[in-house]
Parts: sequence; C-alpha cells; structure tokens
Amino acid sequence: MTQKNRLSGGQIDRTKPMKFMFDGRFHQGYQGDTLASALLANNVRLMGRSFKYHRPRGPLTAGSEEPNALVELRGGARQEPNTRATTAELFDGLVAKSQNRWPSLAFDAMAINDRLSNFLTAGFYYKTFMWPKAFWEKLYEPVIRKAAGLGSLSMKADPDEYDKGFRHCDLLIIGAGPAGLMAALTAGRAGAEVILADEDFSMGGRLNAETFSINNEVASDWAAAAVAELSSMTNVRLMTRTTVIGAFDHGIYGAVERVSDHLHTPDAGKPRQILWRIYTNKTMLCAGAIERPIAFDNNDRPGVMLASAMRSYANRWAVTPAQRVAIFTNNDDGHRTAMDLHAKGVKIAAVVDTRPDVALSDDYQVLRGAQVLDTKGRLGLTFAEVKLADGTERTLECGALGVSGGWNPNLHLTCHQRGRPTWDEALSAFVPGDNLPDGMHVAGAANGALSTHGALETGMKVARQALEIEGRAGKLPQAEDAPVKITPFWFVEGTTRGWLDQQNDVTVKDVKLSHQEGFRSVEHLKRYTTLGMATDQGKTSNMGGLAIMAELAGKTIEQTGTTIFRPPYTPVPIATFAGRIKGMEFHPTRLTPSHYWAKEQGAVFVEVGNWLRAQWFPRPGETHWRQSVDREVAATRASVGVCDCTTLGKIDVQGTDAADFLNKIYCNAFAKLPVGKTRYGLMLREDGIAMDDGTAGRLAEDHFVVTTTTANAAKVYQHMEFARQCLFPDMDVQLISTTEAWAQYAVAGPNSRKLLRKIVDAEFDISNEAFPFMACGNITVCGGLRARLFRISFSGELAFEIAVPARYGDALMRRLMKDGEEFNVTPYGTEALGVMRIEKGHAAGNELNGTTTALNLGMGRMVSKKKDSIGSVLSERPGLNADDALKLVGIKPLNKSDKVTAGGHLMNAQGPVDAAHDQGYVTSAAFSPSLDSMIGLAFLKSGEVRMGERLRLVSPVTDLTVEVEVVSAHFVDPEGERLRA
Amino acid sequence: MHDLTPITALGGLAPQVDTHGGVTCTEVPDVALASYAARLGQEKLAQAALKKVLGAAVPDVARLVEAELAAFWMGPDQWMIEAPLARHETLAEDLANAARGVASVTEQTDAWTRFDLTGDRLETVLELLCQMNIRAMRAGDAHRGSIHHLGCFVICRGAEHFSIYGPRASAGSLHHALVSEMKSVL
Repeated sequence: MTQKNRLSGGQIDRTKPMKFMFDGRFHQGYQGDTLASALLANNVRLMGRSFKYHRPRGPLTAGSEEPNALVELRGGARQEPNTRATTAELFDGLVAKSQNRWPSLAFDAMAINDRLSNFLTAGFYYKTFMWPKAFWEKLYEPVIRKAAGLGSLSMKADPDEYDKGFRHCDLLIIGAGPAGLMAALTAGRAGAEVILADEDFSMGGRLNAETFSINNEVASDWAAAAVAELSSMTNVRLMTRTTVIGAFDHGIYGAVERVSDHLHTPDAGKPRQILWRIYTNKTMLCAGAIERPIAFDNNDRPGVMLASAMRSYANRWAVTPAQRVAIFTNNDDGHRTAMDLHAKGVKIAAVVDTRPDVALSDDYQVLRGAQVLDTKGRLGLTFAEVKLADGTERTLECGALGVSGGWNPNLHLTCHQRGRPTWDEALSAFVPGDNLPDGMHVAGAANGALSTHGALETGMKVARQALEIEGRAGKLPQAEDAPVKITPFWFVEGTTRGWLDQQNDVTVKDVKLSHQEGFRSVEHLKRYTTLGMATDQGKTSNMGGLAIMAELAGKTIEQTGTTIFRPPYTPVPIATFAGRIKGMEFHPTRLTPSHYWAKEQGAVFVEVGNWLRAQWFPRPGETHWRQSVDREVAATRASVGVCDCTTLGKIDVQGTDAADFLNKIYCNAFAKLPVGKTRYGLMLREDGIAMDDGTAGRLAEDHFVVTTTTANAAKVYQHMEFARQCLFPDMDVQLISTTEAWAQYAVAGPNSRKLLRKIVDAEFDISNEAFPFMACGNITVCGGLRARLFRISFSGELAFEIAVPARYGDALMRRLMKDGEEFNVTPYGTEALGVMRIEKGHAAGNELNGTTTALNLGMGRMVSKKKDSIGSVLSERPGLNADDALKLVGIKPLNKSDKVTAGGHLMNAQGPVDAAHDQGYVTSAAFSPSLDSMIGLAFLKSGEVRMGERLRLVSPVTDLTVEVEVVSAHFVDPEGERLRA
Repeated sequence: MHDLTPITALGGLAPQVDTHGGVTCTEVPDVALASYAARLGQEKLAQAALKKVLGAAVPDVARLVEAELAAFWMGPDQWMIEAPLARHETLAEDLANAARGVASVTEQTDAWTRFDLTGDRLETVLELLCQMNIRAMRAGDAHRGSIHHLGCFVICRGAEHFSIYGPRASAGSLHHALVSEMKSVL
C-alpha cells in the first residue's frame, strides 16, 4: 500500500484514501483516481492480456479510447467484463480482476499463442479451419469460442435498474474541454437552453491534464470557475459522466449517463445508468482530439503509453508510470510531457524525436532524428532500443515510454450519418468534412484547432454562429497558442511486430499480409485483420493501419479513406438499452374490470395481447385444467356462465356517414341495419384476405359501436382511422376507442335471461319478443346505472353481453355471481370460451390467420356485390376462388379417444402423405364436453362437398396419425335454436 | 340510485396516494370525461357550441382551458372535456344535447385513469417518463405522448402540478412507472 509512483500535486483528494483490490491484492488510491491511475501509483503497470496472443499489456491511454487495460469490475451478479481501467472511477472497496488469462496475469499459459504467432496471423481462421468440413461445428468452433473473447459474464441477472430519459435543448455541446466550456459560457450567457455533456466525471477535458495557464490562472482552475458559472445558470444543464454515443436523425442524440458506476452499489431505487435521448436544435461537437501512437517492434509492453496519457497521469492524478521514463515523438507535443514530468521530479531518460531539427533541452537529453526500434522487459518495459540519427543504436533504460505520433481530431460523431472526413495536410490528420449531421457544428481540437487559444476562440465563435447570437462577443481568455509542428511518422521502417491495434493484436505485418492477399478497401482490411473492431473501435489504431495501407497501395491517406464510424461511440451495456423494459415490466399490462375479483377466485390468467384474461377458474378438488374447463362449459350450456369480454375492442363510430363508412369497412352490408340491432361483420384487407371480424351495434342513426377481436383491436382502429382520414376524407365520421371505458360481460346459457332479469332495471323488456337475437340498446341496471345490452352469442347459447362503466365492472361481476347463485352461475375463462366457439363453429384468430378469405371461412356470399368495400374487388381474384378452395369444416376422430391437434394436416384416407397430396389443415382443436371427444375446425379443399368423408389427420411434428371424419363446423345447435330462444 | 360500488383504476375503494422526495402522485378517479369531435363541415358551429358549454374559448392545439368545465385539445377539431364526476355523471349526454348534432360526443370517463403529480421537481421525474419537452411546458399545455409504451396525455396545470391520463386498464403499469421514476430521481 505504498503508492511508490505517486507524485505531488494533482486533482486527487488525499484526505480521502480508498482501499481497493486488483487480482486479489489490496492497494490504496485516492478519491479522484481512476483504477488505472491508482494501479500505476502502486507501480502496477501490467493490467491485462491481449486478445489473441495473450501478451502482457498495460494502459496505453488515460481515457475512453483505451484498448488494453480492460478488467472485470466488481463481482457476483454485478461483475462487468471489459471495463476500461482508465475510466473506472475508484471507490472504496472496488474489486477488479484481470481477464483473458490463465492461471494468472503474470503467468498466462495461453501466452503460448505468442510463440505461435507465425501461424496465427490475420486470416488464420479462414485458411486453417476449412477442412475437414465436419470438424467446424463439432471441434473448431467450440474450441475457438472457448479461447476467444476477453472478459466473462457472470451469467446472473443484472440486479440494477436502468432508466431512459428525454431532454430538449437549443444547443447540445459534446465535450467540456476548453472549446466546450467556452461554447457553453457563450450560449449560456446569451440565454439559450444548453446541455453540456462530458464523459469524464470532472469537466475541463485536457485543461485538467495540462500545466499551462488561462488568464494567468492554472488551466484547471479556470475550468472549475467556468463550471461554477455554468452551474449557476438555470438555462444550462451540466451532464458529467455522460457519453454522447450517437448522432441520430432529426437532431436526436443518444447519451449514456453513468449515474452510479462510481459507487460501490447504486443507492436504493436509483438507476445505475440512464440512456438519454436528447432533442436539440443545434449541436457543437467539442470532443477534442486523441493522440496516436507510432508502430515499432514490441511497442505494446506495459509502460509504453501515449505521451499525452503519461502527462495526464502526472498532472491530473499525480502519478508516473515509472521513476525513469523516455519519450518518442514526431511533434512538439511529446516534449510537453518530458517537461511536465521533469518538473515533477521524474527522471527523463531521453526524448527521442524523429525530426532532425528540433531544439535541445537543458534539462534532459533530446535525441534528434532518432527512432525507437524495439523494447525489452518480460512483463513491463525495462529498456528501449534506439537508433540514432547517425545509424548507431543505443539502449535506454526506462520503465515507461511516452509515444506521440500526432493528434487525430475526435470526429467520430460527425460521421454517424455517413459523413466523410477530409484530410488536413498541416495536421497530418483527418478533420470533419462538410457533410455533418443537420445542425451540427464542430469546434476546438475536434475541428483541428489544437491549441488552447484555438479551442477557446472557436468554441466562442462557433457557438455564436450556431445560435446566431448578435452583438459584441465577450472577451476571449488569454491562452497558449502553440502552432502544430509535426512531421508525419507512422511506423518504424522494418518493423513487423509493431502493434497497430493493441486490442485486436493487429500488427504492421498483418496489414501488409492483408494487402498482399488482395484486400484493397479499408473496409475489407478491417474485416480481414479485425483492425479497429471491439470495444475501442480503433480509436488509437485506425490511422496507423490506414497509413500503412496507403503506403503499400501507393496512395495518399486521403485517397485510402476511413472506415465508417457507427454508434455507439463507446460500449454501452445491453441493460442500458433495455432500461426498465424487462422482466415483468417488459410491456405494460392491461387488467380487466373483473381482474381483482377473478384473482380472489384463484383464476389462472393468460396473456392475450397485453391483457391478463382469466383462462379458467379452478375449484377445490380439480387437479387438471381440463376438469375446470369441462365443468365451465357444461355449466354454461346447462344453465348460465359469465365471462369477462371487456378485452374485445370497442370503437365508437359516429357521424352522418357512419353507416356508409361501415359499408366500406365491412364486406357485408350495414347501411340498412336498423337502430337497436347488431350485425356480424367481416373486414377484409385491401388484398381480399380476411382481416378481422366482430359485430357492429347501431345505437342511433348516426351512432354505431363496432367490436373487434381482442388481439386486433389496435390494428383495426388504426385501419379504420386510415380509411377515415386517407381513403374517405369526405365522409362525416368520427372514431374513438371505448374499449376500456366499458366493462363488458358475456352472460351465456339457457338461464342467462333469467339472471339478467334480476340485474336489468324493470322498465327494460328483455324478453325474446322485445329484445330478440342481435338486439342492442342502452339500458340501466341495478337501480339506474347506465349500461348497454347486446344480444349476441359467441358460445352458441342464448346469450347477452352487458356493459357498464368500467369502474362498476367489479361490482357488477360480484352482483351477477350473487344473483346467479340460484342458477348455479359459473364464471368461465378463455379456455371454455374457446371450446364453446369451436363447438359452435365460430371462427377466431386461428381461422383469421392472414391467409384466409371470406370464401374459405364459408362466408363467401357475405361479400356484397351491391356495394364497394375494402377488399371486395381483390377477393374476386381467380387464385382465391379456385374450384377446390379451402373451406371451413369440422372434424372429429373416428375413435373417440383419439387426439385432434391444431396444426396437423389432412390427407386422403389412402395414398401418400406429403405436401403434394395435402388436403388442408386443422386450425383449432379442443375436447368437447358436449360431444365427449376431441373435435377440430379445419380448412379442407372443397370441404363443403366432403361431409362424411374419412381422412387422415397427420402431424409429423408430433408423430400423430388419426382417422377423422369430416362434419359440419357447427357441432352444437347447428340450427341456432338455442341462441334464438 | 343504483347500488353498485365503484373501484378506482388501481382497484381500490379510495384513490391511491404515493409521496416520495417531495413529489406526490395521486390517483384522481372523480373525473368525468367525454370526447367532443366536430362533425365534417360543422367545425365552426361545433366550436361555438363547445365555447358556450365551457364558458371560454376552446383550447388551441396542445392546450388546456379550465373554466366551468375544462377541455384539452386531442386532435384536429377534437377535444376532451373534463368535469367533476359528482356533478357531471352524465357529461357525455349533456354535451351531446348541447352540440345538437354538430359534434360527436363519446363518453370517455372510464377509458382513462388520471394521476396527478404535485411537487417542486416534477421536471426531473417526467423527463424520465415521456419524450415531450417538459421543461418548456407551461400551465395550460396539454401534450399527447407515450409513457412506458402507453399512449398518454400529459397536462401542465402549473409549475408544480401535472396531470397524466393513461389507459385505465393499464393503470397499474402506469402507476408503477410513475412511482419508480419518482424513486429514481428524488
């Protein structure tokens, strides 16, 4: 617990020490540390093993672009693989494990791969595992899968909550470095609604990692003061720990806020992360720039890192990765690192600069025109081999090497809508092109303004332009404005195992091999070598690969181009995308008005759409659902049953053209339906296929109530609205859903009228004469409550549907049960409902399956030729009207004990059983208590003329072959005497 | 007078009230609702009739008007009328009579469930629930949007008072969403 590499200063809180564990060993850091900075402080450079060759690796960066230092954070169900140690905030009690190694990080048996590297180059899988073919599935794939990947999942359910949220602003500023802060100050002072988002927990960007000053203030202090001012503005919202992950259409940006990742566990009820959808008029991308490495042999040893990262660790976190460090650079920025670390007392072994003409230093050695050729050190850097300008070689002793190959503007989000960056020769880097997402502007280093002055200046200027702020601009703070001095240098000549993509173990040699094998497009290079894939998406590697590819192809980097940038900018847990939409909350639930009562009865519920419907009501002694269902069917047919049918869609149709409108919607006629009557209706799709069925009751000349099936309620309403608004805009018709407004119960069975007589107020005559089959009307019940009564029947029995305002549904159900005691009233669920409708031969969703027509359903003549309705023309297509068209029939087994299963196909009694001889298929099947055997509804070729024929019902899936007889689909009361009683 | 006892959308005899972090979520069942849609070609007459009943000009797009009755905009030439249930049990019938055939009126009382959020940090709760620009909403704004996949109306009655109408059958899911987010941010 010594923190051997901790320096003075920094932005850590030394009064708040924190104990943490890495690979079973305790260490200490401070509040403000990341896991990487705290490990480096404790002289731990080795933090992981590489993906393919299992080479020892330490942090390359100090930010979210990190390819190497990936760990498994936390344990148990909260274990998170592939977490970047460079962004994981330290908290007391943090536990992390290295990953992708066995048995330990220091000794990894899989490192044998590194010895076999000559055989494991890019494309190795494609070439090696081609033969024998059968081995792929059984041997190669399982072995490769086991060896592949980085961290492991806990395989336990995530215990945390995740939220989704929505925010709106005039200006979204992405990145709170000098450009972002200046933009926010400019926009905020002008009164605009601003959101400033930064992925870091501390705003300021590189101002927190540099030693220079702004307005004679330490840069980080200026940043803190700017943040303080912004915090005081009610029109500015500061979002720290928030990564803007994507630029989507219409000014919408995705952002992930890590609300609780810096805590041991989230506070009770609090989310771990929030996925924000930000709607903005304008956006300023102020995401800064990312330094790029230089490829040379063994440039991946722990201790080799970006020079800017080394500077960040020293200045912000007061940490040096080693007591003696060296720098390898091709630009002036590398020298800053040497100066800063030297000022903090770290020994500078040398600054190796590829440029022959750079200035020397009084404080440390500068090797001009030199290059680092190779490194040494088993689990961490010990020596760097340097080739001097005169060609001689020299060994530098150093525990860390800061590498600077220049800076790449962080333009990821400018390309999320297929924008392409352009090449800036002076910077030797791509800068944002002119095809940005709508409303996006770019400022600061992200746009190539790499000095602090440039960032502040463009931050202010672009904010004023974006928001069209008029008047005099405020005074710009004074800051350094060093020009970019860089001589492009991508890789050391002759290197083979110089690492370009450290996350995917892609070397210079792999890129050359890819080119040699004919892959000329950068996209192909990416797929062949895996350059730029995985969690870091090549933020530090892509440019190196492009440069080499360009050289090999004899093109410029600009001509070579970049791969497509896609969201998310940094990895996002799947749970964050899911939010609270998971488990029982995956979708909203709809409860029927009798739900609480049904629950008291012990009902078994089934999900239908989002509804929970009572499936059956078990009684004491019933051990199988069939016992309950058979009882419910028998009791209903014998006396009276009650079923909650609220779930059926109800659409209120009003207007002077309401009847004509229904004439268009339904294939059968409705215009002449008398007030007080209900009619069965069949809706067709435009292509003539049956869409939905239901009833429409006419409550007044200009007022209908249409019912739909439960599952299709929303779809039918949408269809009707489309017809109303787009097909028949000249019709006077108004629609609104009333599905949930009314509790509606089917009261069915020979005693249903007697039961209802006790409920319906006396002034309403519901006798057969006054209220015959298919009657409907407004009534009152229980002493004056407004209600509706429909005499319709799905069960085939004398039946009514009674509707009251939903809040009284519970009470009405209880009243029906109480008043029905003398009739042995029985509540029935959807199973009994299904059995009775099959017995009656009524079509339902199984029959209206999206392939069937009115003709198939036996309702061909319902399609009125006297009027035009949606689907009527196309229902006449010859293909839908073949002589042997499928017709709805009933089937019953010859042997009463045989099963009938839905989905089975019908074959002739003799002959082959294959698709060519298929006669039809079974859509619905049930055990019929009334017939004491299973029965089914089926679509059978020429079914109407095959009554009495014997067929085979075959189901190869369930290995079933049963002899069945074709019968009428109306198993019960085919003449309809009961329902008219 | 009938003798059936109503239950609230959440299944209780009395409205449910939840308070967390200074925000209170109250189930509001005692509201009569009716939709009012102008007949084709009768838009002006329908508005005039509604104005008379409301005692105020009909609300503009995405607005609420509170007078003798309250009304909020639902769609082109379509409004939802709100009234205290105890005094307006027959709201739909009364409106239809007042409209005299120039508007279609449909009872919506139990098609919806209403939850009122009151407190001083409603914006932080609501921005986790719905996509609309809550921060920009002022008293009298009434928007339609989605909460937890449910089509809802979000109505601002004041900086510290919002009403949310959602489908009655999904009251439990909506309530769960509201209270979860209250606990999430407060």
